[in-house]
Amino acid sequence: MKYLCLVYYDEQRVDSMTDEQWAALVEQCITNSERLKQSGQFIAGEPLQSVRTAKTVRVRDGAVSVVDGPFAETREQLAGFYLIEAQDLDEALHLTAKIPPAQLGSIEVRPLRQLPDR
Amino acid sequence: MPERGRPTPTDHVGNGPTLAEIDILYRTQSRRVLATLIRLLGNFELAEEALHDAFIAAVQQWPRDGLPSNPRAWLVSAGRFKAIDGLRRRARFDASLSLLADQLDSHEEPEWEREDLEDDRLRLIFTCCHPALPADAQVALTLREVCDLKTEEIARAFLVSPSTIAQRIVRAKQKIRDAGIPYRVPTREELPARLDNVLRVIYLVFNEGYSASSGSKLTRADLSAEAIRLGRLLLELLPDPELMGLLALMLLHDSRRAAHTDEAGELVRLDEQDRSRWNQAQIVEGAALVERALASRRFGPYTVQAAIVAVHAEAASSAETDWAEIVGLYDLLLRISPSPVIELNRAVALAMRDGATVGLAAIDRLLDRGELRDYHLLHAARADFCRQLGRLDEAREAYRTALALAQLEPEKRFLQQRLNELNTGPREA
Repeated sequence: MKYLCLVYYDEQRVDSMTDEQWAALVEQCITNSERLKQSGQFIAGEPLQSVRTAKTVRVRDGAVSVVDGPFAETREQLAGFYLIEAQDLDEALHLTAKIPPAQLGSIEVRPLRQLPDR
Repeated sequence: MPERGRPTPTDHVGNGPTLAEIDILYRTQSRRVLATLIRLLGNFELAEEALHDAFIAAVQQWPRDGLPSNPRAWLVSAGRFKAIDGLRRRARFDASLSLLADQLDSHEEPEWEREDLEDDRLRLIFTCCHPALPADAQVALTLREVCDLKTEEIARAFLVSPSTIAQRIVRAKQKIRDAGIPYRVPTREELPARLDNVLRVIYLVFNEGYSASSGSKLTRADLSAEAIRLGRLLLELLPDPELMGLLALMLLHDSRRAAHTDEAGELVRLDEQDRSRWNQAQIVEGAALVERALASRRFGPYTVQAAIVAVHAEAASSAETDWAEIVGLYDLLLRISPSPVIELNRAVALAMRDGATVGLAAIDRLLDRGELRDYHLLHAARADFCRQLGRLDEAREAYRTALALAQLEPEKRFLQQRLNELNTGPREA
């Protein structure tokens, strides 16, 4: 089954890291992704730019509105994602626990839903 | 969705088993067959249908053809065949089912014969008690799928409507399918945490049966019996010390069931219970399990609680209870799993060992910390200590507070009676 792992953390906390701490975190993420690729469980995964760069699009009655944000009202912001292949939920949770930012923020794990065949 | 019950008897008479014998087989084997079918078919609903169809086939064929040499394997095989056949027939309307039927059919047939079928029941328990399911759904699903209680029975036990329970079970099954909750015994690293959750579910079922959380009837023996049965089954499959401790704890509590309430259904306090009505066989079994669990040195809070109940169970009267031993066990329990409720119980034991003044001081320290202010048993214990010390106004006040906080009718009547005794003049305590 496919699971999407949404990585959330407090950007301010990460911004206040020293360069060495940041480099170490990035290094851990690369190592983890490589391990996932080797085991064939990595489908996709990317880090995101800061939430400060985010725009939100809505269409209401045909009219498109684009606003800045979402702003950081919440304590943790979406920072990246992994799409993984796992045998079942237990394996997905096990793999998620090894994603390095799990140690500073939180990771939401969602099974993918299959659209009906056409 | 209508529930699949036992197969309806037909009129066949022959050399094979009678319908009554098949009914016994249903009662003893159906959960095992279901557990294996869930693994083979990968789907709860499909497995339940298959189980039903397999027993229908058994009722039709066994009385005529005789009992197969391995009835359980026969039922698994028949159920699996019926499920695949059913999918093929429905595939005329839904092409995706055809693929599923092919996948199931391509499974090597003898696979399930080689494996230990008991493992399937263990898998089923761990799936039903998976922490990704909501707590109330874990309980409902375990009672439905592992214990074979009907939806109506579970609803009655938990004082909610059958449709609520049915919905909980349907949603849980959907979640198992959609989130990919596995059907297997957890790995060695996961096992301790996952077993903890299974033990919690079993104890919840037991407690719901022993002291209902609300309502007018104090004990619902059936649920407690189910929990004990589940504990025994699990211990057969998985010899774990804490599981032993939990089974002991349930047996020891349950041993007092007959003395726990009087003929009118009123609560009887431990020190006033007729100890000759305690179930000695359960006490002996429970105490032996406690000893085995303690000897393993890998025990946890259930074992220590069981050890405390065992000390009570083996005492001829309240006065002859080894209260020093009980205080010591509470100290141990507080180190393993600190909780204000355990501190309260320790305070009561302390009062028995050292007198009401010491007990009262321990309770007031809890209150000073802001703990358990809304817990009726704290105020009831405080009232008892005040009464023993002759501080009657304080005792009345504490009984009133306890009365206002209590949920169960028998507990309310019990507290009211104590309060009345104080108002009509002190009686010997």
